[in-house]
Amino acid sequence: MTAPPVSNTAVIEGLLRDLAPQVLGIMVRRNRDFDACEDAVQDALVEAALAWPASGVPDNPKGWLVTVASRRLIERWRNEAARRRREEAALAIDEREIDPGPTADDSLALLFLCCHPSLTSPSQVALTLRAVGGLTTAEIARAFLVPEATVAQRISRAKQRIRESGAEFRMPPAEERGERLGAVLNVLYLIFNEGYTASSGPALQRVELSSEAIRLTRQLRSLLPDDGEVAGLLALMLLTDARRTARVAADGSLIPLAEQDRSRWDRRAIDEGVGLVSASLASAPIGPYQLQAAIAAVHDEAPSAEATDWRQILGLYELLAKVAPGSMVTLNRIVAVAMVRGPETGLAELAQVEDDPALAGHHRVEAVRAHLLEQAGRPDAAAAAYRRAATLTSSIPERRYLEARARASTARSG
Amino acid sequence: MKYLLLIYHNPEARQLWESFSEEQKAEGLALYAALNNDLAASGELIVAEALESPASASRVSVTEGRTVAGDGPYVETKEHLAGFYLVDVASRERAIEIAGRIPEAAIGGVEVRPILTYSALEM
Repeated sequence: MTAPPVSNTAVIEGLLRDLAPQVLGIMVRRNRDFDACEDAVQDALVEAALAWPASGVPDNPKGWLVTVASRRLIERWRNEAARRRREEAALAIDEREIDPGPTADDSLALLFLCCHPSLTSPSQVALTLRAVGGLTTAEIARAFLVPEATVAQRISRAKQRIRESGAEFRMPPAEERGERLGAVLNVLYLIFNEGYTASSGPALQRVELSSEAIRLTRQLRSLLPDDGEVAGLLALMLLTDARRTARVAADGSLIPLAEQDRSRWDRRAIDEGVGLVSASLASAPIGPYQLQAAIAAVHDEAPSAEATDWRQILGLYELLAKVAPGSMVTLNRIVAVAMVRGPETGLAELAQVEDDPALAGHHRVEAVRAHLLEQAGRPDAAAAAYRRAATLTSSIPERRYLEARARASTARSG
Repeated sequence: MKYLLLIYHNPEARQLWESFSEEQKAEGLALYAALNNDLAASGELIVAEALESPASASRVSVTEGRTVAGDGPYVETKEHLAGFYLVDVASRERAIEIAGRIPEAAIGGVEVRPILTYSALEM
């Protein structure tokens, strides 16, 4: 024996999650039936998670998983109907003969399939986390605080939908590639946000969705190293996640960016994110993820809130509003306007957009108004706006934060 | 985002339902079945249940550590909760769209309530 067998559970879990999409790629390329292959690979992953900690990781873990998954697939087919019996012969292979194949393309094709446009976004998210991320249905359910049965149903209906739509396990044609990649990036960003915005309470039970999103985006970047938006999304995640520990106080309350202890930000993540976004902005066509990453980079590189380069941030929001307009971009741009041209200018711009149907009644409008009124030295009006924002939000930490700001403003006015 | 869609009944709605022919009742139930199928297919449904009548309700109170269950019904309440959907959807607009497909929405008996979360954006 040359090395002791690996039996550390965390190491094994990491290995299994890395291998999951590769094994599934091999299985689908060989057997085509995505639905059944996906179930068979899940079975194999569970078996490995149970067996390897005791027996040690086999010499060829990928081969082991493909062999077990193939057996489980045969069993499924057998159980399904005798008509599939002929497939068995094709599956009787020795694990040493397994051709590693074009794994990179397999993993990409798998991501494109899981984020197929015929699926709703919750289904895309669930299927991606299971088929590409190697998470179990139970883990996904815990992470999204929904019953396991709901996730199981989302996954099985998603696979049925893929079958009905005739989608194939292959790279989308070049003319569709951009749009389909957009859907993949959106799913990864949704997973990241679900993890990042959870700050306390039941959230403590969640698997680390933001780390998982970063891991999957890193994987994607290794497959598409020249794509600016893939690099931009990875940079955005790293630059946002770098602030994670500084944004929540010991009592679980939120700390706004301006008041965070910047020495607690993760320098390594910031350096990596800044490097990524600088390189991609210099070489690739500009896109919304790169712009958002650039904005995060300006914040992360400022030594203090006061030293933030708001002119640059405003310029980036102006560009973002052209490339990818949206209600949150509108509001954030107004915050930047206020920082550069004064709170009254910001309030005037806010008055012009607040009737927009996407913004009407949104708690963020009142929160931004409150913030600008505070800066304008009108604490009474600010307190009232903070209270309105607090009643409109459905987030418990946000409500606590807004109520605290309302009290602070009231104290200042008295 | 999760939303609870609450379905309320009142005596008029009850009378209306009872005045329906068998075919009309079947039609109403088919609307529910179709809605349930669609929500299951889209992966948006978490749970949906219809409640027994308020006559079978118990009101629970704890005094000095003793749990006491008293009988319903509360005849004085004009409206009562008759059922609910818990859905996980992309937006409030989508929750409202689903609520609009619940047959009781025709008589204004459906309420959409966002579920409180522990998630928060950067402020």
